[in-house]
Amino acid sequence: MALEKITRVKGKAVYVPGDDIDTDRIIPARFMKCITFDGLGEFAFYDVRKNEDGSDKKHPLNDPRHAGATILLSGSNFGCGSSREHAPQALHKAGFRGIVAESYAEIFFGNSTTLGIPCFTAERGQIREIAAAIDADPELVVELDVENETLRCGGKEYRASLRDSARNSLLSGRWDPIAELLEGTEQVDEVARRLNYV
Amino acid sequence: MAKSLFDKVWDAHAVRELSAGQTQLLIGAHLIHEVTSPQAFGMLRELGLKVHMPERTFATVDHIVPTDERAEPFSDQLADAMIKELRRNCEEFGVTYFDIASGRQGIVHVVGPEQGITQPGTTIACGDSHTSTHGAFGAVAFGIGTSQVRDVLATQTLAISKPKLRRINVDGGLQPGVYAKDVILYIIRKLGVKGGTGFAYEYGGEVFDRFNMEERMTVCNMSIEGGARVGYVNPDDKTFDYLKGRPYSPKGKAWDEAVERWRDLASDPDCEYDDVVNFRAEAILPSVTWGITPGQGVFIDETIPDPDKVDESERDAVIEALEHMKLKPGSPIRGTPVDVAFLGSCTNARLSDFQEVAKYLKGRKVAQGVKAIVVPGSMAVGKICEELGIDRVFKDAGFEWRGAGCSMCLAMNPDKLVGDQLCASSSNRNFKGRQGSPVGRTILMSPLMVAAAAVTGEISDAREVFGIESQNLVGA
Repeated sequence: MALEKITRVKGKAVYVPGDDIDTDRIIPARFMKCITFDGLGEFAFYDVRKNEDGSDKKHPLNDPRHAGATILLSGSNFGCGSSREHAPQALHKAGFRGIVAESYAEIFFGNSTTLGIPCFTAERGQIREIAAAIDADPELVVELDVENETLRCGGKEYRASLRDSARNSLLSGRWDPIAELLEGTEQVDEVARRLNYV
Repeated sequence: MAKSLFDKVWDAHAVRELSAGQTQLLIGAHLIHEVTSPQAFGMLRELGLKVHMPERTFATVDHIVPTDERAEPFSDQLADAMIKELRRNCEEFGVTYFDIASGRQGIVHVVGPEQGITQPGTTIACGDSHTSTHGAFGAVAFGIGTSQVRDVLATQTLAISKPKLRRINVDGGLQPGVYAKDVILYIIRKLGVKGGTGFAYEYGGEVFDRFNMEERMTVCNMSIEGGARVGYVNPDDKTFDYLKGRPYSPKGKAWDEAVERWRDLASDPDCEYDDVVNFRAEAILPSVTWGITPGQGVFIDETIPDPDKVDESERDAVIEALEHMKLKPGSPIRGTPVDVAFLGSCTNARLSDFQEVAKYLKGRKVAQGVKAIVVPGSMAVGKICEELGIDRVFKDAGFEWRGAGCSMCLAMNPDKLVGDQLCASSSNRNFKGRQGSPVGRTILMSPLMVAAAAVTGEISDAREVFGIESQNLVGA
């Protein structure tokens, strides 16, 4: 199962400020009453984007200037809480292909990487500077470079890091580990026998 | 070389190193439920794969089950489709399924230990972040995403990076009226909601030695709320006593051998940790949250933080939280009116939780205007409470006694807050909208504090409400 090698993500970006943005916020639980991930995109960040009557609230993701953004910027501990893969699935289906935040909750980070969404880490000051630049010019193209761990926008280059295992797996096209895990079946069975699991 | 339990278990289950640097880790028990598994089974079908070890895979239904009208078809068509899908998947792939008819249904993290599936020294994975609960038995247990559920179904392994290990000691004696829930809320408040990112937590010290298995589960359960994906307690005689005679526990000679093996699992006394944190039990008081993360907590006697008086780095978060919670900065948290009291969830819905509350609730009444519900963590917990007459105590007090499930912890079933109702809750998350209404408000606390709030109609100190004497513990 050969996957595409993900070396860079390039596009418009949008800044959703805040720390500890949890996965309930990214996709409220009621939208998980489903047996496929299809259709989750329109419910991403639903309760902070919508009023109870379904009308729009003021929110960066409702701002038409940022329509079509493929890169999401946010604060620290992004994606904390529930392990629901529905969260990165919703973001992916809403068009996001890369995230830049100060830090991530672990399960969210892993879930996103498995979907081929690189989760870059950058410093708070830098993220705010980039956010200000995007606000001034929403058409500004942001480029995330997986290999060199940099973020370029508006003629400036920033350091944006990726965890080694994520970087390696994206660059080698093994970000979804299933194929490689299946290759280990014989060894798996051996360890299982040793532990009396089979 | 001296080794921690974590290293012993990890090393025994490590199959090999993967090309990106992660470990392929064998999973001893895979627990699944209806919300995060259907897409994983769908992926298996697409890839033409089978469940690699169906005999090590166990399913139950918990998130979407109604707690009142439990006969199928459920009134919620989506929920009904989900339970049918789970049943179909389990039948097709040969997975054991504890459904409502079996009498063994319940919240997956209550059912695993109850059935004896959760055992010391094993690895456990489940598509649910509160899988850390199982660490109470000296297992290494991970919450995983749906693609990983697929990975475990197809290969019985995970691609995962080894975390660092932090030992958290809580020594001394807890004061009366202070519970395991207060201990974990305190730890999260002190270390922060992201303090545990990249770590597994090993909990120990005198408090954990004294804790029963259910109290240990309460603490391990909320490890993830402090950022730690894994939390565990070294197994001891209490662990073995709890497991003896359970349906999936080893029997006869195999039991004796297992216990012998399990005794060697505990971290060696001189093993190395990446970090050690020490707390004193006497410093912990009954706690409640005031904000929208489990780390935003105070002791019951404290006041709600004032954004003008907190560190600049926290100011925005405090303002956002207070706006959502509609609480007044600087005022006491005690006395905040509550609309709903929820006793349930994988954190606090086991027998000892309800026994402790029932002890004090006898003869008391839920305050007028408060909706109070009790949702047992499993059908087995519900049944034993009914045999012991504990359900009667709750019903007489004015609580609704419900069927088992996750219920109002995340409100994927009909149990939801309405509008901006404020809920005193024994669950684990106070995120915005968590309990089903986008503007609903949650205050986390121990089960007895929930009962106190139910009885008085406001956030209260359970020690006062129920006449529990606090002690001055000198050097305990």
